[in-house]
This record gives sequence, structure tokens and C-alpha cells, in this order.
Amino acid sequence: MSAATEQAGDDRLDPRHVHGHDEHGHGSGAAHGSFKGYMTGFLLSVVLTAVPFWLVMGKVIPNAQATTAIVLAFAVVQILVHMVYFLHLNTRSEGGWNMLALIFTMVLVVITLSGSLWVMYHMDTNMMPVSPGAMRNMP
Amino acid sequence: MHATETMSSAAPAQGFYLAEEHHPENGTMLGFWIYLMSDCLIFAVLFAMYGVLGRNYAAGPGPKDLFELPTVAVNTSMLLLSSITYGFAMLEMARMRKGATLLWLAITGAFGAAFVTLELVEFAQFIHEGAGPWRSAFLSSFFTLVGTHGLHVSFGIVWLITLMVQVTRHGLTPTNQRRLSCLSLFWHFLDVVWIGVFTFVYLMGVLR
Repeated sequence: MSAATEQAGDDRLDPRHVHGHDEHGHGSGAAHGSFKGYMTGFLLSVVLTAVPFWLVMGKVIPNAQATTAIVLAFAVVQILVHMVYFLHLNTRSEGGWNMLALIFTMVLVVITLSGSLWVMYHMDTNMMPVSPGAMRNMP
Repeated sequence: MHATETMSSAAPAQGFYLAEEHHPENGTMLGFWIYLMSDCLIFAVLFAMYGVLGRNYAAGPGPKDLFELPTVAVNTSMLLLSSITYGFAMLEMARMRKGATLLWLAITGAFGAAFVTLELVEFAQFIHEGAGPWRSAFLSSFFTLVGTHGLHVSFGIVWLITLMVQVTRHGLTPTNQRRLSCLSLFWHFLDVVWIGVFTFVYLMGVLR
């Protein structure tokens, strides 16, 4: 009896693990979500998809740069909606390792994207202009 | 999971064994998540490549000449609908309803197949117009980025059919539930990547 109590104290997560094991068969953190959650995510995604398409196809805003900024903002929000409602990401799942891996990946993605665009843009603008004739005679 | 049942009716040492046995299952979901993150890096590099090369038309057709936004909108809705139907399949799986799970998985697969078909039709049209991946750096990077995503969806469909056969034969066992959870992450992840594709490639391409 005392051994059982000791074990229960040692592994606090154990009862939940057994429960999760029987009912879902996988990890404690990866929730299935609910019908309401999926529908909320779906409806938000529909709106967040339809508005950018409408803005671009209907040429609602004459300024292309402003439209680009708005469309990008909608994409970022929709990615977050998918992460929360479809991928069920939160700071608790897998003891926070999911979130940590995601943050690490996002840092790498930002470095890769902004670094490539920045360096290549400056390389383009700093290159000497080449005429088609000079291009043809290149080694 | 016979070992679990045997243990729960046996000695008080069960707690230790249950915990030991459960860890690999947790590990699968975390490991699969880390695979998805590495896949995310692949797509980030392809997006960066498209961002760098996407304006080099080599006097060929540009995004405005090629892209048909209504088709892209239909394609996007196919993928979004397949996401929600996969969600319904997961909800039915949690309720242990095998038939309903299989039905929603089949609907998901159908939407996925419609997405891939529409994309292939689009590609075939571009190539027919002489705008294949060899035409310019813009088209090379476009076909690589969008094609890689389409290839992921195609493999997702193969995986989905495999799991449907598994569930039909063996039922919603814990192993199959874990596999379906992994595919769920994969499928929703592909929809997330597609948000980037339709925004960065199609909408911003037409805006240029």
C-alpha cells in the first residue's frame, strides 16, 4: 500500500497518462479539440481567406503596396488561427517542447527569408549595370 | 496494448511500467512535430528562393499573365474544406466511431485529390502555353515551390488511404489512433503552408 502511494507521488502525471491511454491512445498534451473549436477555426479561416482574395480580385484598394501589407497581415493571422484551432498548439502540449521547437523554427525561418531577400536585393542594386552586348561576350 | 492490461491487474509495480510504456507514444507526437518543423524549414528555403528569383521573367510571361485567381480560390477552398473534414474525422475517432471516421477520412481524401487535380491542370495549362519550369527563373522557382507542396499533399493522400485500410482491417486501435493523429498534424500543416503560397505567390504576384 505504501509502495503504491509512493509511486503516485513520484509520477504525478501517471493517472492522466493512463486515462489518455485508454481513451485516446496518445499523448496527454495533443488534444483532439472540439466541434466548436474546429468550426470557429474554419469560419475564421473562410473570412481570412475570402477577404484577401476579394481585395485583390476586386481591386478594392487602388494602392498595391497597401493591399500587399493587408494581405500579408491576413495571412499571418490565418496561420495563427490554424495553429490554435487545427494544430491545437499551446504552451502546455508535450511539456512545452512543441512550442519551443516552433519558436526555434520561426527564428530560423525569419533569418532565412529576410536574410536571403535582403542580401540578394543589395547584391542586385550594387552590381554594375551590364549591357546585353557585354553579357553576350562574357566568358 | 496487452502489456498495459496485464499490468493493471497485477502487482503494485504497475505505475512504473505504465509510465515507462507510455513515453514512446508521447515521443512519437513530439518527434513528428519536429519533423514538421524541419519540413517547415524546407518550405522556408523554397519561399526564400521564390522571393529572390520571382521577378526574373527572362522576357517570358509574368504572374499577371499566367495566374487565374478564381482557380486558386477554388483550390484554396478545397484544401480548407479538407482540413475541417479531417477535424471531423478526429472528433469521430475520439468517440470511437469507426464508420464515421472512415467516412470523413474518405471525404478528406476526395477534397485533397480535387486540390491536386486542379493544381496539375493548372501546371499542364502553363506548360501548354510554353510557360514550363525551363522558361525563366520565376517559373523554375514557382514550379519548385508549388510542386513541392503538391507532392506533399499527394503523399498525404497515399498515407490517408493506407490508414483507411489499416482502420478498416484493425479498427481504431491505439496504434492507429496515434497514426491518425500524426497525419492530422501533417494535413493541417500543409494547409498552413498553402496560406503562405496563395498569399506570397498568387495574390502578391498578381498585385505586382
